Amino acid sequence: MKVDASNPLWRFRGITSTAMFFFAYLYLPIVVLIALSFNENRLATIWTGFTMDWYVTALSNDDMLRAAQNSIVVAISATVLATIAATLAAMGMSRGRFKGEAGVSAMLVLPLLVPEIVTAIATLLFFVALGIKLGLLTVILAHTVFCIPFAYLPIRARLEGMDPALVEAANDLYANDWKAFRRVTLPLLWPGILSGAMLSFIISLDDFVISYFVGGAGSTTLPIYIFGMIRIGITPEVNAVSAMMLIVSIVFVSISFMIDRIRY
Amino acid sequence: MGNILRSKRFWLVAPAVVYIGFFMAVPLFQMAYVSILERGDYGGVNWGAFSMDAYISFIFERDLMDNLVVNTDYLQIFARSFGLSAMTTVFALLLGFPTAFYISTQPQSRRNFLIFLVTIPFWTNILVRNYAWMLLLRNGGLIDGVLNWMGLETGGLDILYTPYAVSIGLTYTYLPFMVLPIYASLEKLDHRLVEAAFDLGADKRRAMSRVILPLAAPGIAAGSILVFIPCLGAYVTPELLGGGKFMMIANLIGSQFGAARNWPLGAGLGFVLLALVLISMMIYSFKFKSLPEESR
Amino acid sequence: MSEVVISARSVSKIFGSGGDKVTALDSVSVDIFQNEFFTMLGPSGCGKTTLLRLIGGFEQASSGQILLEGKELNDLPPFKRPINTVFQSYALFPHLTVKQNITFGLEMQGTSRKQADGRAEEMLELVRLAEYGDRLPSQLSGGQQQRIALARALAPAPKVLLLDEPLSALDLKLRKEMQVELKRLQTETGITFVFVTHDQEEALAMSDRIAVMKSGEILQIGAPREIYEAPTHRFVADFIGDSNFLVGDLVDAGAGKRAVKLAGGQVIALTQDVSDQRSGEVTVSVRPERLGLIADSEAGADQLAGTVSTVIYFGTDTTYQIDLGNDARLTVRMQNGVGANADFAEGDRVAITMSPDAIRVLAD
Repeated sequence: MKVDASNPLWRFRGITSTAMFFFAYLYLPIVVLIALSFNENRLATIWTGFTMDWYVTALSNDDMLRAAQNSIVVAISATVLATIAATLAAMGMSRGRFKGEAGVSAMLVLPLLVPEIVTAIATLLFFVALGIKLGLLTVILAHTVFCIPFAYLPIRARLEGMDPALVEAANDLYANDWKAFRRVTLPLLWPGILSGAMLSFIISLDDFVISYFVGGAGSTTLPIYIFGMIRIGITPEVNAVSAMMLIVSIVFVSISFMIDRIRY
Repeated sequence: MGNILRSKRFWLVAPAVVYIGFFMAVPLFQMAYVSILERGDYGGVNWGAFSMDAYISFIFERDLMDNLVVNTDYLQIFARSFGLSAMTTVFALLLGFPTAFYISTQPQSRRNFLIFLVTIPFWTNILVRNYAWMLLLRNGGLIDGVLNWMGLETGGLDILYTPYAVSIGLTYTYLPFMVLPIYASLEKLDHRLVEAAFDLGADKRRAMSRVILPLAAPGIAAGSILVFIPCLGAYVTPELLGGGKFMMIANLIGSQFGAARNWPLGAGLGFVLLALVLISMMIYSFKFKSLPEESR
Repeated sequence: MSEVVISARSVSKIFGSGGDKVTALDSVSVDIFQNEFFTMLGPSGCGKTTLLRLIGGFEQASSGQILLEGKELNDLPPFKRPINTVFQSYALFPHLTVKQNITFGLEMQGTSRKQADGRAEEMLELVRLAEYGDRLPSQLSGGQQQRIALARALAPAPKVLLLDEPLSALDLKLRKEMQVELKRLQTETGITFVFVTHDQEEALAMSDRIAVMKSGEILQIGAPREIYEAPTHRFVADFIGDSNFLVGDLVDAGAGKRAVKLAGGQVIALTQDVSDQRSGEVTVSVRPERLGLIADSEAGADQLAGTVSTVIYFGTDTTYQIDLGNDARLTVRMQNGVGANADFAEGDRVAITMSPDAIRVLAD
């Protein structure tokens, strides 16, 4: 719709107030969590003063740092694997129709349809049956699965928006298929690839359920560590670690969206 | 087939498809297989020994005399999951539709920003989001504190670890999935259709109910499915905000791989959940994909 | 004319398979000559773009041959054919500057940087956009993008330039300008242009020869004047300009001449050579501007006569609809201001004048 919202004709009762409530509801917990992570008071949620102490405490916690390191190793590995597979798949899917296309499409987004808990236990049973020891490797293998669609969708969208005549034009101007890919497709596709990779990274970094079931001793990721801390109790350190995770996600997603909006 | 093998495109899509096939499709089939196996004495399963115990124990249990007795514990958890998911979908719709409508009437640049704001929480860690609600809802937490400060002595809000808390958390978690598809269908809506309704004497209430809502129906249906289905499989929210006391399907499944050590039952429940999800998707695509999207 | 550059020999192209087969080209043969502005004209879906894409190497023919200077091209990919294309969407690389776009083809051929740059300057000069080399395509207007697309395709000095409806995205005024520009470029470069369009006016204005296509077949090939004045098919007469169609019987008029006898009994003599083999019912076409009107009282015995049913004034000319009876109708267009004779009103009885060479007997 293209309407002037200030025109009284388009003012429906309760719309604006509900929308305001919606955004307050959406952001209140986030704002409160970040604010409390700077709260000096250890016990209550009452504001007694600003401090960075909890961040210092959290960042000097070796267990947490090891968990963070695991998370980053998993996220980078899964992102690289998923992005390569997704880029190839998007290119294969982009040129016209073929037999079995619907099936391939469904397969590529299957990880988005299956409930996380089902994926988690099915993968767990699979690794157990294969006799693969649960650890960082199994977590990486499992993360790659659900990272593929997240990388695939933005890349596919960008290819879809690309004039197919551009590759033909490159071919027409004496570029063979590889040169056409390197000189035309890839430069035009990279914002999609980068954006997809960043989304994969963040989805992997944030994953809890699948890591929780598929991981083993020594593969504790940051979300699993946070889960353990929350179970013990609400502490300012948890606030600080949680706030850091929140901020990393928000920064990454914002950058990813900005990259994805790059147009020539 | 020979034709496909020779084409370049086959080799391009192959890595992703084979990977997902091997690490997702095969495990799902294997899960279905495990669900009809015998439970191992010390956890795990007896490979090759078949048993329908997992599905029988879903409804019945054996009493001391080895007779089958109806046990509604698991059914209750399923009923609760459906109830909470339905409630969450309704809440999300009540909040999501007006918001989507509000966004669709804003100028273009503002719309993009607002949609971005809607999606951001989705990308943040689900534990952290639910944990933030624990800070708000617990006794002595922010909401309790504000109520006390306003002079409404609550003597403890006692809302954390109740189904209400779970419902609030679920709505929060899946709300963006409601707004986005509804916004997409409202954005495509031709505003002149609404003006035509006004011109033909419809007041705002009837323009909304007779023109806008019917045209946004595909988006509302998509949004409801996108909220209901992941809700049904929610694990983290009942775990944290329900304090483990108000299990949903996913928690029940998870517990079979933890303390309960009943893998066939866990696999069977997982298979049932997966089937429910796929059936709802099929019903949805059967019912709504054939509807005319827009009067273009 | 000179040598043949491109030659299509019974080329067919079938898309899809099984139940939903579509025949885009049905055994088409055509020769295109050196230094020629050759246009393929037809409605959408007539196969003109398919033929162009086959020549460019973007599609493979289902059967038949495409030859370049006598050598078969069929299995050569586009990047090995000395043929360049101006795409309908221009397909300018959005991430490269205008100059980089123009040097792209030369670079791929292995031309040195310096030489390529020189050639790019030359090309920019040629399309009169010398100042725009460092801009991105998105910073240019539609007409400027069009010129850059031309410069890019001409830079490698191809043997043949293919143009796929390149003017369709431009507004009317710009389109007229570009028509002149294209003709100039073709004359200056001496390159064979193969042009695809559905716009008959465009085709008439620019082409040396036109091939009129319909449903995957070429109906008629000829110079613009020939196509307009002597259409061979009803489709051609109807698609290009306006035409009247009359049905009559082919009869002998003596002295080897033939004539058409209309349902009303009037006989129209023909100057066209019509094979002795043909007889019976035929359709003839005549352009409205080749007809004239006189008052019924001045009419000769055997002249076509009718009643004016509609008069529409167009400024430069006036169009009359004449009801001939027997369900036959004619449109007559008369220029205004050429003598004051043409002033008829609705309901007037009139007789129709025509020159015999304006009447064409159609093939079907």
